[in-house]
Amino acid sequence: MYLTAEEERMLAGERGAGVAKAMELLVALGEVFGAERLVRVESAHVSGVSYKNLGEAGLEWLEEQASLGARAVIRATLNPAGMDMGRWREMGVPEEFAEGQRRVIAAFEAMGVEPTCTCTPYLVGSVPRQGSQVSWAESSAICYANSVLGARTNRESGPTSLASAVTGLAPLYEYRLDENRVPGKVVEVEARLSDPLDYSALGFVTGKLLGSTVPYFRGLGRPSIESLKTLGAACATSGGIALWHGEGVTPEAEKMRQRLAGLERVTVGDRDLEEAKKKLTCEVSDPVTCIGCPHCSLKEIAEVAGLVRGKELGRRIWVFTSRGVHAQAERKGYVRQIEEAGGGVYVDTCMVVAPLREMGWREVAVNSFKGAQYCANMGLGTRVASAERLVKEALR
Amino acid sequence: MILRGRKVVGGYAEGEALVSKDPVSFYGGVDPETGVITEPGHAVCGESIKGKVFIFPKGKGSTVGSYVIYRMKKLGTAPAAIINVETESIIATGCVISGVPLIDKLDYDQIKALKTGMRLRVDADKGLVEIL
Repeated sequence: MYLTAEEERMLAGERGAGVAKAMELLVALGEVFGAERLVRVESAHVSGVSYKNLGEAGLEWLEEQASLGARAVIRATLNPAGMDMGRWREMGVPEEFAEGQRRVIAAFEAMGVEPTCTCTPYLVGSVPRQGSQVSWAESSAICYANSVLGARTNRESGPTSLASAVTGLAPLYEYRLDENRVPGKVVEVEARLSDPLDYSALGFVTGKLLGSTVPYFRGLGRPSIESLKTLGAACATSGGIALWHGEGVTPEAEKMRQRLAGLERVTVGDRDLEEAKKKLTCEVSDPVTCIGCPHCSLKEIAEVAGLVRGKELGRRIWVFTSRGVHAQAERKGYVRQIEEAGGGVYVDTCMVVAPLREMGWREVAVNSFKGAQYCANMGLGTRVASAERLVKEALR
Repeated sequence: MILRGRKVVGGYAEGEALVSKDPVSFYGGVDPETGVITEPGHAVCGESIKGKVFIFPKGKGSTVGSYVIYRMKKLGTAPAAIINVETESIIATGCVISGVPLIDKLDYDQIKALKTGMRLRVDADKGLVEIL
């Protein structure tokens, strides 16, 4: 791989051991994937934050990078942690876990990574321009950045996104190049799409059918931001999809229209979505209802608040969102309305990365296929349905 | 006999070969405390990779697997070196951050020549594997 003189010096350690380590990783991956060179990236979104996934090993590695002097040189945001950093005790998170989690966040802060602790950085001010190169980890945010915003990122991991944050660079391969952004299959959507859950189901079915092939959707209608984020999240959960195009919906779809000749077509109908819903739903008696995978937008919190205002919940409802959106929801009175009904609105975390089993949870009801799949993998009883339906079921 | 592959992560190691025909998930598929493969039904389930030259097609599963390789290195349970048929980002990242030598892309006949129990010398900087 070609390196500029400046990049050679970074690799040789002239800008410190933290930068040298980061360069070593980017160059090794560039060689593995046949990248010709490195490219400048404008932002990083770093995953691998929950202490549940990192454990002592990941924590030690992060602390080592911080001590080597690794510092972000571009805007770097952070994925959710394993707990609300302020209200973890109330969530029932064990003390020992909280201690590990605090050290993880401290290490990231020492490296200049903003502790946004959200999977939706694009809802709180980190919105890459169309065509710009970024290094984002977190599969749902990768899908959103590539597909909805038309930015360019590969499926970065915790270490690679952090290495990009520290160097401002990434190896140029795969989805960063025009030729790899063309669709591989056409997905004709015949299913009726009304609620965001339908889009989530569509994403889940598509990921199962296509693996990591880039889909070109026809018949998506006019999806809301909420539907777009849950569609991509599900695509990336059941498959390895990092980029999708939607006719009349996403910015690169128009120019891909000439590339569709000869592509295999698959059709997704109502029955496919129903079957997917059934597959991820089992009998539950007393689930905790979780809304917010990916993290809730203001609109989603408003909907929950509207349904529970002045009423009393018979089951727990937990809403997960970012600090930025929480602040808006508080001003609007939504947080108080949900809390007065007996629900909770938590920040920094979600049902996918919190230590639910250690918190004593056995069953969840979620409005997202991504959330449902991860909870099922943790061995929890899972029900998937629309937010409206789940909230109504939780009312006394 | 000396085999030639591609250097991914440099370094030098000697050890006993352990060959797996299945891809490996370090997150959930290996016990980092002991170095034993725990994935049920895996080709080398129950075998220890500690100190071995571990030969397998490629990594699979969660990217958290990279951190598990790092943890094993710290605990002293990591393989001495890894040889992949064709590596991918989880294994490559794990080997870079923990300094485990990694070679891939030996040609097909050569990789078939490597058998469990052989003693191997890996000079990853040069991309060389020597059967001792």
